[in-house]
Amino acid sequence: MPDLTEKKTAEEIPAQRGADTAAAKPEKARSLGSDAWHDLRRKPIFVISALLILLLIVIAIAPGLFTSADPRAGDLRLHYLTKPNYSHFFQADWFGYDLQGRSIYARVIYGARASVVVGICVTAGVTILGGITGMLAGYFGGWIDTIISRVTDIFFGIPLLLGALVILNAFTSRTIWSVVFALVALGWTQMTRVMRGSVITVKQADFVTAAKALGAGTSRILWKHILPNALAPVIVVATIALGGYIATEATLSFLGIGLQDPTISWGIDINTAQKVIRTAPYALFFPAGMLSLTVLAFIMLGDAVRDALDPKLR
Amino acid sequence: MAEPILEVKDLVKHYPLSQGILFKKQVGAVKAVDGISFDLAKGETLGIVGESGCGKSTLAKVLMNLERATSGQVLFKGEDISKLSGQALKAVRRNIQMVFQDPYTSLNPRMTVGDIIGEPYEIHPEVAPKGDRRKAVQDLLDVVGLNPEYINRYPHQFSGGQRQRIGIARGLALKPEIIICDEPVSALDVSVQAQVINLLEQLQSEFELSYMFIAHDLSIVRHISDRVGVMYLGKMVEIGTDEQIYDNATHPYTQALLSAVPVPDPTARENRERIILSGDIPSPANPPSGCRFRTRCWKAEDRCAEEIPLLAVPSVLEGPAAHESACHFAEVRESAAA
Repeated sequence: MPDLTEKKTAEEIPAQRGADTAAAKPEKARSLGSDAWHDLRRKPIFVISALLILLLIVIAIAPGLFTSADPRAGDLRLHYLTKPNYSHFFQADWFGYDLQGRSIYARVIYGARASVVVGICVTAGVTILGGITGMLAGYFGGWIDTIISRVTDIFFGIPLLLGALVILNAFTSRTIWSVVFALVALGWTQMTRVMRGSVITVKQADFVTAAKALGAGTSRILWKHILPNALAPVIVVATIALGGYIATEATLSFLGIGLQDPTISWGIDINTAQKVIRTAPYALFFPAGMLSLTVLAFIMLGDAVRDALDPKLR
Repeated sequence: MAEPILEVKDLVKHYPLSQGILFKKQVGAVKAVDGISFDLAKGETLGIVGESGCGKSTLAKVLMNLERATSGQVLFKGEDISKLSGQALKAVRRNIQMVFQDPYTSLNPRMTVGDIIGEPYEIHPEVAPKGDRRKAVQDLLDVVGLNPEYINRYPHQFSGGQRQRIGIARGLALKPEIIICDEPVSALDVSVQAQVINLLEQLQSEFELSYMFIAHDLSIVRHISDRVGVMYLGKMVEIGTDEQIYDNATHPYTQALLSAVPVPDPTARENRERIILSGDIPSPANPPSGCRFRTRCWKAEDRCAEEIPLLAVPSVLEGPAAHESACHFAEVRESAAA
């Protein structure tokens, strides 16, 4: 084969050492995270939902800034037939009064805290619990995976409302924390599945093999290589699910097995308002509207975050 | 040949096939690597060629101790490293490093180039003291032909060839003596392939590296290798220097592979005879008896089904052409050398 002896493909091309140096121009290095942030800032959906959520969080932290009325002070003279005065912005009678003569506007403002706290705490809880179990199942596989996956399947078989009913009925007095506990206990398996699948994909990547070849220990591989690369889908699912947890809390409170008076929750208010829906529809409209707006804001945020973090669009 | 730095003896890697849900029973094994022996000398490049699924990458993984060998030995400077674990294994890893095929998946997208190349120093802090690491990483970037100022960039800001240079820099960080290159250029453009190959050669002479170069591009393997081993279905079928393999191939499989290499000269192309193998590579879970190549070999006779041909210098070869070949009917094919 004379042709092969002649053909030394690479020899004619000079060594490229230093070639890239010449082409170097100053450019600010950006991580994938900051790239995603760069994208997000330009999206109207993200900006709107982020502002809404920011407002909600401020309301939840300091409701006193938005109303001077006491949401628990009922004046039976001002019952629900007192029409709302829509021109009295930020006043107690802006949205009218409920059955017991309490300011609906004040209750809508104070009700945000329960929703936001439940939403954030449940999301944090399921992400931590589901993230850890999913990572263990996905990375180690074998019998650890078998046990965790079967437990996940069992929890998936429990209907959320039925399960929450059983758990919450066991509490003699229900607070925000008992609702958080019930929702975390029933919801963590969703995150386990997402995390497990994501970890299984990432652990097959060559950079994980490269780290092993360098002699990296399990903890380094998990923290530095697997976790940062497996987190994106979990963040997306968590953001979208947050809205769902807020809706579930309202549902449970509406059914009378979630939060109880004197805790203020949109779900409780929707429940009481439905009795007077024909005569005072505003008593239902405002808490329900705030609830929808909150859930929508989180779902929109999740959508925008998903678009920004999706590696396929990068 | 100089003193071998790496000796591989009868290396076997079988993946068990099991059946049953609760009580797993082994019903067979995928014989990915089935009794391979070779030596690698200091400063030498050994090319390994073979078609997809013949066990090249498994061989690399077993040598790197990423997969445990089923049996056999891997001797690094006389010490068997195939059964090491824990700290002893970690210490040996400093000496044998790897360059991966796909530069897009072999770099962690969430780490800066400085962190990627500096990670070996974090795992083996004795190689570079903490204060010197940044300097060491910048030196490595310079060595592989990248701007040392790129230290804070992320992998997605580089081209495929630049990424492969980053991968090579990471492999070099621990100052290893052996680098296993698992198809390091097959994911790159042809022009970039040449640059990376030249870089590898340059680094070899600079740092006295030994390479095990796995590839399926025969021209590249010939260009970079001192010796070439041809694998088929988990076995080494022929091994020798590049002249011995390329000009005096004796194994029918090697001859068939060489006849498939594209030839740029049209006259030579018309004059040569192409060997077209029929059929597919058999399943490594159930390899043919005797010679594994016999199902696709035009020379196969009854003897090939009964007797496993050993890797040995055939009697027909003499003088400088003498090299090992695992065929009962080994001979230099006249038309192939025409």
